[in-house]
Amino acid sequence: MEEKNLQEMKDLVLNYVINEYLEDEDETITYDTPLISSGYVDSFSMVSLLVFLENKFKIKIPPSKATPEAFDSVNNIVALVSMYLK
Amino acid sequence: MPDIFSTYEERLKDFDWSISANELEYREGQIINIGWYCSDRICLKGKADKIALFYEGFGGIEKKYTFNDIRLAGNTIGTFLRNLGIKNEDRVCLFMDRIPELYLSFLGILKIGAIVQPLFSAFGDESLFVRLENAQTRAIITQRKHLPKVRKILDRLPHLEFIIIVDHTKTKPLGNKEVAFSLEESEPVETMEIFPTFAESPSVLHYTSGTTGQPKGVKHVHYSIISQYLTSKWVLDLRDVDIYWCTADPGWVTGTSYGIIGPWSLGITQCVLDTGFSAQAWYRFIEKYRITMWYSAPTAIRSLMKAGNEIIKDFDLSSLRHLASVGEPLNSEAVIWSEKIFGKPFLDTFWQTETGSIMITNFPGMKVKPGSMGKPFPGIIGVVLDPRTYQPITEPGKIGLIAFKPGWPSMMRSYWNNEEKYMEKFVNGWYLSGDKASIDIEGYFWFVGRDDDVINTAGHLVSPFEVESALLEHPAVGESAVTSKPDEVNMEVVKAFITLKPGFTASPDLELEIMNFIRKKLSPLAMPQDIEYMEKLPKTRSGKIMRRLLHAKEWGEDIGDISTLEND
Repeated sequence: MEEKNLQEMKDLVLNYVINEYLEDEDETITYDTPLISSGYVDSFSMVSLLVFLENKFKIKIPPSKATPEAFDSVNNIVALVSMYLK
Repeated sequence: MPDIFSTYEERLKDFDWSISANELEYREGQIINIGWYCSDRICLKGKADKIALFYEGFGGIEKKYTFNDIRLAGNTIGTFLRNLGIKNEDRVCLFMDRIPELYLSFLGILKIGAIVQPLFSAFGDESLFVRLENAQTRAIITQRKHLPKVRKILDRLPHLEFIIIVDHTKTKPLGNKEVAFSLEESEPVETMEIFPTFAESPSVLHYTSGTTGQPKGVKHVHYSIISQYLTSKWVLDLRDVDIYWCTADPGWVTGTSYGIIGPWSLGITQCVLDTGFSAQAWYRFIEKYRITMWYSAPTAIRSLMKAGNEIIKDFDLSSLRHLASVGEPLNSEAVIWSEKIFGKPFLDTFWQTETGSIMITNFPGMKVKPGSMGKPFPGIIGVVLDPRTYQPITEPGKIGLIAFKPGWPSMMRSYWNNEEKYMEKFVNGWYLSGDKASIDIEGYFWFVGRDDDVINTAGHLVSPFEVESALLEHPAVGESAVTSKPDEVNMEVVKAFITLKPGFTASPDLELEIMNFIRKKLSPLAMPQDIEYMEKLPKTRSGKIMRRLLHAKEWGEDIGDISTLEND
């Protein structure tokens, strides 16, 4: 994947996480900030994040791959999504 | 008196709740205050310097508090609230993550005789609103990060006078009714007058969901400590040298009965980990603090199983001495897995918000039958009732309604402002739990399921009615029906069936929008993990949605009698 597209994807996911899941407006996260293990995104909310990714990128992520570790940072998520992009 | 090595039968013999009262040196008619019992009394027993709480937050933040520290913190918070004008029996809500202030405020509120109303911090604004409105809560103690939710509903809560922020940033202005309080910057209050609460004085107000209507406030009293103390000692087998970890959030009853009252009334050191779940983080926590007693939930255990056995090799978990579980049925695979991995089984315990303490259980000294709920705790008379006659079933293996003879110390005293619902819980002199089970020939209970439509997801009850009502507030939703669907880790999760209003078209993006709408309004637990669009919902001829039919479809069950189903 081109560097530019990858960066756009990272920003898209990062902005979605900030807008949807961060409660404290003063808090900032980066591409590497732990999302699940930090408690920013709980295991139930992870399902809505999965639906967002599948809708946005028109992919299907198998349940066995949608693990807390694979969702634990924006970088991890983008790596996961990249595997399923045609 | 039975000691910690007694068998179940020995403990049953001549059992009386006075065993607990005597150990707590409580005499009928005397003052009994949970806040004092969990801190001041432990200090008076010579354990002032013993660690009461090891806390670890995300990012490696560590704190520790001795019993004298938690006594002083309780005094300081209690005095602060009293100076604001909070009086006995006023409701004070705790709306925080699992930070130390949550645990310490719990003691402070009780010390001044006010009622603690703990609420899960992941609740959305509407879930928060209905519970604060119902309790006519006077003050809420919260964190900056949760303020937007409180501010959003403030105008609709005329009884809410104080929003106390424990981590206020001084550079930002305080809003309407907001008050800053920093425990660390406050002068510790050495002595305070503990409010003279008695056995029947209200202590904790936990909210729980039912099939219909709004959530109900379960009122407990200070006398509940009699049950919580003894069950902690006998079932959780807590001993003076133990390092204890209860993984439950105090927004739910396990997190207060056994995450605060039980262990601290025994003077036990406990640990709190306030981060998201990961198997590595949990194993590391056990290793680091040399945890000996671990009280967790089947969902967490299944998540650990799913993470695999390989990572366990990286950690030394040999400190673990005793394991127990609560919240949902513990499947036999999990019991067998824990025996293989930790060298000891997770022992299942069954109880509810309304019971306040463990009712049916496996505990040390009993033969464990994997997959079984165990037997009633001494002093608890538990049966299964015939659902038609409400008479106890004597035939082994026959399924009935789990019921208890009222009168144990921690039994709820009422549903807040809802006497009618409270009375519905009692039939023929039995308290109806709402769960079904059978009893085998040796007296062991075997869980079957709920007797109503309430969804038990990851050990937390979700009301289908509450989710259906919230769904109808979304502009696209015409009708809604909510049930559960099976889930490998959480046992069951919320599933919604909806019809759309004219002008709206079903799409994956709309599904996501509706999911997020419910997540923010109610909670992540209540968010449907699956939404199915329907042309029309199945209804009876009188127009009532047949939720039962949808449930049967999801679970692959027989749909039963459909003679009342509306035809096209």
